[in-house]
Amino acid sequence: LGHGSGGRLMAELIDQVIATELGVTAPPEDAALVGIADLDLVFSTDGYVVTPRFFPGGDIGSLAVHGTVNDLAMRGARPLALSLAYLVEEGLPIEELRRVTRSVARAAAEVGVPVVTGDTKVVGRGAADGLYVTTTGLGVRLREAYPSAGSGQPGDVVLVSGPLGQHGMAVLDARAELGIDSGIISDSRPLHRLVAAMIEVGGAAVHSLRDPTRGGLASALNELAAASGVGVELVEQHLPVSAQVAAACELLGLDPLHVACEGCLVAFVAPEAADRVLTAMRALPEGEQARRVGVLTQGPVGRVLARTLIGSHRVVDMLVGEQLPRIC
Amino acid sequence: MEAAERVCARIEVYGRVQAVGFRPCVYRLATELGIDGFVRNAGGHVVISASGCRQNLDEFVARLERTAPPHARIDRVDVTPDPSTHLGAGFAIAGSSVDHSAGTVTPDLATCQDCLRELWDLADRRYRYPFVNCTNCGPRATIMTSLPYDRSRTSMRGFWMCARCTTEYHDPGNRRFHAEPIACPDCGPQLAWDTARGEDALGAAIVAVADGGIVAVKGIGGYQLVCDATDDQAVRRLRRLKARQRKPFAVMTGSVAEARRLTPLTEPEATVLASAEAPIVLCAGTSARLAPSVAPDVAELGLFLPTSPLHHLLLAGLARPLVVTSGNVAGSPIVIDDLAATTELGPLVDGVLRHDRPIWSRCDDSVARVVSGRTTLLRRARGYAPDFLRLPCATTAPVLAVGAQLKHTTTLAVEDRAYLGPYLGDLENAETLAAFERGVARTLRLHQVSPEYCACDLHPQYLSTRFAERWPAGRRIPVQHHHAHVAATAAEHGVDGPFIGIAYDGLGLGEDGTFWGGEILLATFREHRRVGRFGLAPMPGGAAAIRRPARMALGYLYGAETRAEPLHAAEAAVLLDRLDPIEVRGIRSAVGKRLNCPVTSSAGRLFDAVSALLGVCDSASYEGEAPVLLEAAAAGHPDGKVLHWSLRRQEDLWVFDPVPTLRHLLQAAIDAPPGAVAARFHTTMTEVTVALAEQVASDSGVRTVCLGGGVFQNRRLLTQVLDGLREVGLHGLVSAQVPVNDGGISYGQAAVAAARLDRR
Ligand SMILES: [Fe+3]
Ligand SMILES: [Mg+2]
Ligand SMILES: [Zn+2]
Ligand SMILES: [Zn+2]
Repeated sequence: LGHGSGGRLMAELIDQVIATELGVTAPPEDAALVGIADLDLVFSTDGYVVTPRFFPGGDIGSLAVHGTVNDLAMRGARPLALSLAYLVEEGLPIEELRRVTRSVARAAAEVGVPVVTGDTKVVGRGAADGLYVTTTGLGVRLREAYPSAGSGQPGDVVLVSGPLGQHGMAVLDARAELGIDSGIISDSRPLHRLVAAMIEVGGAAVHSLRDPTRGGLASALNELAAASGVGVELVEQHLPVSAQVAAACELLGLDPLHVACEGCLVAFVAPEAADRVLTAMRALPEGEQARRVGVLTQGPVGRVLARTLIGSHRVVDMLVGEQLPRIC
Repeated sequence: MEAAERVCARIEVYGRVQAVGFRPCVYRLATELGIDGFVRNAGGHVVISASGCRQNLDEFVARLERTAPPHARIDRVDVTPDPSTHLGAGFAIAGSSVDHSAGTVTPDLATCQDCLRELWDLADRRYRYPFVNCTNCGPRATIMTSLPYDRSRTSMRGFWMCARCTTEYHDPGNRRFHAEPIACPDCGPQLAWDTARGEDALGAAIVAVADGGIVAVKGIGGYQLVCDATDDQAVRRLRRLKARQRKPFAVMTGSVAEARRLTPLTEPEATVLASAEAPIVLCAGTSARLAPSVAPDVAELGLFLPTSPLHHLLLAGLARPLVVTSGNVAGSPIVIDDLAATTELGPLVDGVLRHDRPIWSRCDDSVARVVSGRTTLLRRARGYAPDFLRLPCATTAPVLAVGAQLKHTTTLAVEDRAYLGPYLGDLENAETLAAFERGVARTLRLHQVSPEYCACDLHPQYLSTRFAERWPAGRRIPVQHHHAHVAATAAEHGVDGPFIGIAYDGLGLGEDGTFWGGEILLATFREHRRVGRFGLAPMPGGAAAIRRPARMALGYLYGAETRAEPLHAAEAAVLLDRLDPIEVRGIRSAVGKRLNCPVTSSAGRLFDAVSALLGVCDSASYEGEAPVLLEAAAAGHPDGKVLHWSLRRQEDLWVFDPVPTLRHLLQAAIDAPPGAVAARFHTTMTEVTVALAEQVASDSGVRTVCLGGGVFQNRRLLTQVLDGLREVGLHGLVSAQVPVNDGGISYGQAAVAAARLDRR
């Protein structure tokens, strides 16, 4: 398996092995809708692995809460409850487990969602790398909220809620000790309030939502474009990237479009509602830097392009494993 | 004497025999010898049904080749007796057969001498007509909509021939007999410039260029941007407009004599310049007559002659050398559409000189160079593409080979023919990617072929590899990048049996997941085994290290694989003092943690690093700038004493360890100019290469050495290596018709795929 960085290999793995064996056709959604009586429940689960476990702006505990809450939010849900499962490697200091759990509790309280059930397993040394966290979330769909990966329409405006690549570069910097005093802080945070505000003014005009985690904005947009049967045209200089992230990406030779975010979303919104939705986003701290970054086109279907400063267009491909140089 | 017995035969002629005036030639020969029957185009070849007395028929066959028109090429003639046919009296040119499964598209040819004479002949009805052409010259591939090649299937179909043109077209004795793009001022295409037409349009364009302006001109395979090559201000503006900082521009002159006034030419260079293919020829030398910004800091000048009557008229009107470059914006494909030219190029330039003969297929200018007396193509496009090349092993099923990522080309292989398409550019550019997809569709439609197999690179992120995923896994044939490079050379030369492949280039993914690029392979067309390589070094930041050779130098400094003493910071003090300490610290840390630092055995990256270590080039503004400037710096130093080098045996491989060479190079640079040390580096790389070849030859008994990869675009290295191989009794080969750079990858992939399919 060389599927660690998300993106296309991961998509293939899920599609060709897991969905096939389960006998389901997995729609490329962050969370599933489960209808009971006249209630639309939203259900999502996610495993968290991060090195290092503590990084500027968060840790594996807060990340596990935010990640699952955000997956629910991307289907237009208000979170109701979380479960928490630990897989602990023997030898992990108890103090560290305590610190992570305290962080889970703080994050959950800030979101306003209780942890209602859980599980803890300890495995032998070497059978795991320290600590893995799995959270499952249950939510209920907001009225008038119908966001889905496949609902983007040509002409829709592409909105991004905040600067890209903050989380991925914060983690890399923490891992690498780059020696560039980057000061990059992870954007890890819950997005359910932002989504609620968007739905309130946009309703069904909010066609698709996605939090660009692993594989970054490039992978998220490629997935959404393929699912919606549209093309995406971004304007390169409109993409929000902080100066620190840009500098660190330049040094490491990374494209910010491929770097993970944990507190940022991309939305496809019908053009007539776009300004309204954008204004509502900017009224909240997590959407303060929201901006319009592009539009959906008729196609080529599934292709994401970025218009460069000099007026040509580059193809923004989904990431396959690591970014590999392609220049001969 | 009794009447000679009449015999009938079916004669099939293979080669480049369509769209070159071959059928009229056959007609004239048959009429002269009293042969009855007819000639027609069928598929990619020509079929003649002939009857006559045996002696005349034999003479007819014997003279076919000798009397063929100048741009025809006969590969094979099959004669089968055909007594069943009863042919009437006389000889005729029959309509083309509709079976065009293997049709041949003939490349566009520059204006011939006969047409030029008419162009300048006051009394001729085509005097100063910008679209004069004949069966020996003019547009072909770029105006064709489908096969077989008939006027009704070209962009000339919208022009009704006047009575005089019709007569010429149907007169077998006329040199315009069946010249499909035949035209004259009465019935053919016209120039336009804003609202002006004809001579007024031409005149306006000439005035604009003479005034220091930039003009978009509709050429043969696309729009071009044109300005005065002696006007530095105009050339600088053109650089800004194209976002092209330092990459040299090509210069068009009216004649070989005028080209000689710019820089001395060798005889072979003059011959290629004046050829019907009319490529840009990179000639060693510089010219004081040209604006300094045309080709800054390089030791070569790209020259070419007019490729159409329109260019002749422009050159004659301006009487000065012109910069003529493809009409596109930074990395996008050359513009062919009139509307796009007006809307995209129009606002940037001082006018658009267009005409109403549509361009159906895009084709950039070709680039050639004479090395050791032989013409080698660096970019295969107008004049050459999409003429087919032979495959040493015919393919059992049609194969589409989709090439690499940069300098992109595709090849369609049908039987033993490889249709190598024109150069396109970098697929990361969305317009280029779209042009690639459209080009493939067009080629398949033209040849009525649906390829059963798709050959592609191993690199999963090349957009060509992504395209190949349209074929199911069992019908994809992945070919390692450097195997494709050396197979391209071997295939062009029809190498039989195993060969030693030396592939020096930037990067290509190897089977082991590392990036290769300084490789010695023992290969056949089917398979390859790596038997030697360059020492590894990290590329800090991946592609970022390629754009910035100074990073690559830091990669060798902090992370080179070596059995020798690693390089010390003090040895590279000149480089380190020059760079931003934040960059140095960050890269050192990234190398230490192996963060986005793919490792490579690339020869191209070593040239990059040396270029930065010698202070020649820290950042590249175009692909390959660092080695180009390194070679240029060495130009003033014909001899370079060899530097230390070390070759060792490591896990069944011969490994060249670059560290001792880099150490010696840095020592030498302390009190010698960079150019002198660059010359020594070239000598060293030559000795290393010949030594590697010799070792592998003595291990394996194989004596044929095929060179491939973009590093061999280095004229000095290539010449020295070929000489060196000859001196030790090895048979060194390099491709000439197929570019050594990634433009040749698709042809190499096709050759490998055909060989693999052969034994399925
Ligand atoms: Fe290559
Ligand atoms: Mg998730
Ligand atoms: Zn002619
Ligand atoms: Zn006419």
